Amino acid sequence: MMVPLPYLMALSGAIFAIGVLGFLTRRNILVMFMSVELMLNAVNLAFIALGSRLGTMDGQVIVFFVMTVAAAEAAVGLAIIISIFRGRETVHADDLTLLRW
Amino acid sequence: MVTTVVNLPSSALALILLFPALGVLFNLFFGARLGRRAVSIVGPGVMFLAFAAATWALVRLFMLPPGDALTFTLWPWIEAGRFHVELALRADTLSGVMIMIVTGVGAFIHLYSVGYMAHDEDFARFFTYMNLFALSMLILVLASNLLMMFVGWEGVGLCSYLLIAFWYTNPQFAYNGRKAFIVNRVGDAGFILGMLTIISVLSRGGVWTLDFPTIQAHVALFTTGTATAACLLLFMGATGKSAQIPLYVWLPDAMVGPTPVSALIHAATMVTAGVYMIARLNFLFMLSPDAMTVVATVGALTAFFAGTIAIVQPDIKKVLAYSTISQLGYMFLGVGSGAFAAGIFHVMTHAFFKGLLFLCAGSVIHAMGGEQDMTKMGALRKHLPITFWTMLIATLAISAVPGFSGYFSKDLILEGAYESGHVWLWGLGVLTAGITGFYMFRLIFMTFFGESRVEPEKLHHLHESPPSMTIPLVVLAIASAIGGWVGLPKGLLWGDAFARFLSPVVGNFRPGVEASTLGLSVVATGVGMLGILLAYVCYIRMPGLPMIVAWRAKSLYQVLLDKYYIDEFYNLIITRPLFFVSNVILNRGIDRFMIDGTVNGIGATVRSGSRLARRSETGNVQHYAFVYVLGVLGVVAYYLYLVRH
Repeated sequence: MMVPLPYLMALSGAIFAIGVLGFLTRRNILVMFMSVELMLNAVNLAFIALGSRLGTMDGQVIVFFVMTVAAAEAAVGLAIIISIFRGRETVHADDLTLLRW
Repeated sequence: MVTTVVNLPSSALALILLFPALGVLFNLFFGARLGRRAVSIVGPGVMFLAFAAATWALVRLFMLPPGDALTFTLWPWIEAGRFHVELALRADTLSGVMIMIVTGVGAFIHLYSVGYMAHDEDFARFFTYMNLFALSMLILVLASNLLMMFVGWEGVGLCSYLLIAFWYTNPQFAYNGRKAFIVNRVGDAGFILGMLTIISVLSRGGVWTLDFPTIQAHVALFTTGTATAACLLLFMGATGKSAQIPLYVWLPDAMVGPTPVSALIHAATMVTAGVYMIARLNFLFMLSPDAMTVVATVGALTAFFAGTIAIVQPDIKKVLAYSTISQLGYMFLGVGSGAFAAGIFHVMTHAFFKGLLFLCAGSVIHAMGGEQDMTKMGALRKHLPITFWTMLIATLAISAVPGFSGYFSKDLILEGAYESGHVWLWGLGVLTAGITGFYMFRLIFMTFFGESRVEPEKLHHLHESPPSMTIPLVVLAIASAIGGWVGLPKGLLWGDAFARFLSPVVGNFRPGVEASTLGLSVVATGVGMLGILLAYVCYIRMPGLPMIVAWRAKSLYQVLLDKYYIDEFYNLIITRPLFFVSNVILNRGIDRFMIDGTVNGIGATVRSGSRLARRSETGNVQHYAFVYVLGVLGVVAYYLYLVRH
């Protein structure tokens, strides 16, 4: 039994929108980081669904790439966040505004 | 005139230039480090070496057949299409005379400077400039083409400026230097235009160079009109460099420079460049009787007016400065009358006696501790015996006392003026001869005779100058006394050997009116002696007389003392309007208001705009992300729109 494609796409879009809103609204950069992961996985879901529907392996192949990149990104991102916390003793996005005029 | 000119290569010409050039480099780079002794050996030394090389070149010229010249080609200089100019030296008899004057008189003035400038801090700088001047002047007289002559012409102008403003810490001196430079620039503009006229006329005839022999060979390309234009423009350059009406105003102010500079540059050599240039281009000037008349008239008028100013000046150097302008006027009267050899002859004798007069004046000033006012001198005869006797000889020479050098050259000029038909100009010249005798002996009497008016504290400082200064005085005194004997009147002993020597270059004088040489000479000499006698009466026999005359003719006296208000006139019609235009319109109006306003306005607008725009950069990553999301939504919306329509 196949789940209909529009359902899958709607789920993917919903997760992506949650990710975007989370990224824009949550002030803790760890949570923002998690929102980025949500967006990535929403895209993964869309790839899988579309790949399965088209009957090709391409979608799954790209998902593996995305997961690899996401893993690397998580490692580097968490390291940066820890480094920031050590220096500034905060992970609040509103306080991290050094790169401005 | 000259059919075939043979040019013999000669490295002597290069040596003449090489020595002063080495002197410049040495004094410039090592002079200050190696000290006074080294500079005082090298500075005059290179000039004496150049003098030796010049003598060698002259001896070679003597041995050549008349009309031949020595040349030395350095390298091609300008190759622009068919236009071709070489950097080349050329010495014919005219250049030969000039290099002897420049190196000979120059060497002794350099020697004199060693004594005169002994206490100056910038000893090395002084000799750098002096050697550079000698180099430029030698380039001017040895140039084989008009363009290279112009290089020397500008070079001497530069050195003149540098040396007038030598004591540049005095603002007035620096101003006078700039004045000389700018007035000369006006004349030089004429020189350039004259040169361009010559190029345009020649190139239309297919001749694309500026070599003097080539110009001479193709002089037929000139019409009377183009020749007149070229000559008048070039003469404008000459009025600047040689201090003639209307551009003479810089020379009296140039006297603030060190006195050896006045002797070398502003009496003996540079100021005669205009005369040399006209003699060099005599073939061109001969084509234009109008231009010749202008030259002669300007010369005679300058001689007369400058002479009248010299009568009342109290400053010893100012008297000599106006005397120089007056004598230069004589030279232009000579060349303007077609008596080119006489003009150059006067250049030579004038270099001797006027150089000497300045050096003597320098010796007096040196002894007086810098005092130049003759009313504070008097009875210096016993204190400065060598200076007195040499200056007396120079004065006899400039006053054209028979037997002394100035007599022969001035006589030839006046004879030329009369015989070429300029009887009025001749009369003016004769009158000037009387004025010359008067003001020169006034100078002698006021300085060396009468009662001492020296300030008491200066009296015991009075001393004769050191040998390095008196030796040049004696040498130049000998030259002033006998230097004129190379150009005796026709029929006497060897006759006018000087004119014969120059005739292959400048041609022979062709008189239009016959006159008795002896008669003319007697008239001119008589007027000159009358002037001397008048000076004797005024300043020895009746010392109160000048005061009475000055008081009776008060307004005339004041006009003469204030130099006919020419400086004031130029200030009124040129300097002030120029300053007004420069300052009010160009500086404040255009530069500061328009250009600066535009530039600053643009800057200020960008600044204030940026100040607002940079508020958008908050540094908060979520703000940036929000804008990014909006952008993505925009792009998506656009594509959806495209899909729908």
